[in-house]
Amino acid sequence: MSAFSSRNQSLAEHIQSTLGERVERLTEHRGQLTLELSPKHWVDACQELRDQDGLEFDQLVDLCGVDYLGYGDDEWETAEATGSGFSRGVDHLGPGRFDWASRPEAENIPNRFSVVVHLLSTDLNQRLRVRCHPEDSDFPTLSSLLDVWSSANWYEREAFDLFGIVFEGHPDLRRILTDYGFIGHPFRKDFPLIGNVTVRYDEERQRVVYEPTEIEPRVLVPRVIRHDSRYLGETTESTTD
Amino acid sequence: MSEIRNYTLNFGPQHPAAHGVLRLILEMDGEVVQRADPHVGLLHRATEKLAESKPYNQSIGYMDRLDYVSMMCNEHAYVLAIEKLLGIEAPDRAQWIRTLFDEITRILNHLMWIGANGLDLGAMTLFLYAFREREQLMDVYEAVSGARMHATYYRPGGVYRDLPEQMPKVAESRFRKASDVQRLNEWREGSMLDFLDQFMTDFFDRVDEYETLLTDNRIWKQRNVGIGVVSPERAKQLGFTGPMLRGSGVAWDLRKKQPYAKYREVDFDIPVGVHGDCYDRYLVRIEEMRQSARIAQQAIAWLRANPGPVMVKNFKVAPPSRGEMKDDMEALIHHFKLFTEGYCVPEGEAYAAVEAPKGEFGCYMISDGANKPFRVHLRAPGFAHLSAMDEMARGHMLSDVVALIGTQDIVFGEIDR
Repeated sequence: MSAFSSRNQSLAEHIQSTLGERVERLTEHRGQLTLELSPKHWVDACQELRDQDGLEFDQLVDLCGVDYLGYGDDEWETAEATGSGFSRGVDHLGPGRFDWASRPEAENIPNRFSVVVHLLSTDLNQRLRVRCHPEDSDFPTLSSLLDVWSSANWYEREAFDLFGIVFEGHPDLRRILTDYGFIGHPFRKDFPLIGNVTVRYDEERQRVVYEPTEIEPRVLVPRVIRHDSRYLGETTESTTD
Repeated sequence: MSEIRNYTLNFGPQHPAAHGVLRLILEMDGEVVQRADPHVGLLHRATEKLAESKPYNQSIGYMDRLDYVSMMCNEHAYVLAIEKLLGIEAPDRAQWIRTLFDEITRILNHLMWIGANGLDLGAMTLFLYAFREREQLMDVYEAVSGARMHATYYRPGGVYRDLPEQMPKVAESRFRKASDVQRLNEWREGSMLDFLDQFMTDFFDRVDEYETLLTDNRIWKQRNVGIGVVSPERAKQLGFTGPMLRGSGVAWDLRKKQPYAKYREVDFDIPVGVHGDCYDRYLVRIEEMRQSARIAQQAIAWLRANPGPVMVKNFKVAPPSRGEMKDDMEALIHHFKLFTEGYCVPEGEAYAAVEAPKGEFGCYMISDGANKPFRVHLRAPGFAHLSAMDEMARGHMLSDVVALIGTQDIVFGEIDR
């Protein structure tokens, strides 16, 4: 159990002893604990996180969806660039580079979506991040946390609206941020950044009209991943003069 | 006789008391609200998605536009998340400047809130009073960043530049008489810190002035006392933070409980309400303004005594100065790479939260090692507060809904993101 800093040590032990086998993974990164749960234990494990002594997470601070499609993809090869020069003409990679007509086919990769919850205990002053991957990536579903924390209500509506994650047992799962009658789930990585339709007021028809977006998709700075050694150790460059 | 009892009322999105673009569908029984269904998203700009397509630093400006009355606090959360992932820490002076400007921002926000809330409930004068002070603080924003509101002042690794030596003065114009100019420039003879010091010393009297208008005002009390009562248990369940949670009697403040910047080193108190109604939340915010001025004074004293760098000397994250760039090839390369490609943030995820004037403003960031974030999620306090509107408004009169919108301190920039 030495994988945890002293600050998180006792909390990590509490979680391990309370949830036992339901803990899929418990890791610490940048001083923050992340607990991974499987969908079938999602609600009952969260219930215990709220109620058990030593955990007492009385607040759900945040809930959001994540789409892991294209995680770790870069658009520009940099490792060989010094010898060969940069490649040119990148397209159809990031959501900023395609339009609605040429959007890529949605991929059914395992663990594509995840729901991430940030919990806070005001009594014990501790935080925890809980993550869960809905099983089916074509139709991601997860049980609703509404009965555990009331604040999950709108956050789950938001995750449904933006990512299309369906929360079973949510009584009022409507779209929340997008327009009435919106099509698609805009924060998925296969949804174009420029969007799908443009809205404007038509003087002749005296009403608001929807038209296909006409702007060209473009990204000014390519996505680049550099595997530097500079962050691996301690702070390598001094922070003062 | 027909049996139609409930009546559906459409409140907003163009109603002046809706504080922006709130569309509230109210199911009424006479004048009593049976159900309130807020429709939000009319200001949705997909800030989080836009941030995914840009290098890290280019999204700082978007943060100002989230909660557009507490600009720098939003930047603070975003910048803290990046710093956490990079594993860097801003120099002391930068952290004190952030502490100072967080508190200036809090005062700006609460002034806006008290003015607008007063106006909604029929107190016209206060709006003018509050904007008089707001204008002065906006000048401070402008002096330090060049922009009155959307500052983009905080950067990963520090702040954009040090505080100015000279507070800019007001010039005479068609709209400003010489006598006004003289009065306005009275405090502006010295540096920006001198000006702020004068302002903060004077500000306690100004807060007293606001209180003479409202605190014992019969109409103000009739509109606020006993309205929108939330128990501490419900407040936690509903995800309340900030003054909304403290108004219900929970002494929770991130500046004390999970200190960031230099809040560990300053002395201040957390005001807490008793009844959890609109009036208590009003009192909490009023007292917070005084405490903010106290913190600001301590920050000013420290900043006067301790000059130093305001940005990390790490050219992989922060650009070198213009001077260095012109002499040093290495510095020029760093500058070029930073402004074309940006910096790559090591793979991982982090959540950083600050005590914004409205509550906990958090930034959850996932990086896959690229020069752009893989996913950013912004936790806006107003989103959780507004989701409780239905519960708070049930059984209240229609006119109380206006008081509730006011007490929640709704700003649509952050709710719709």
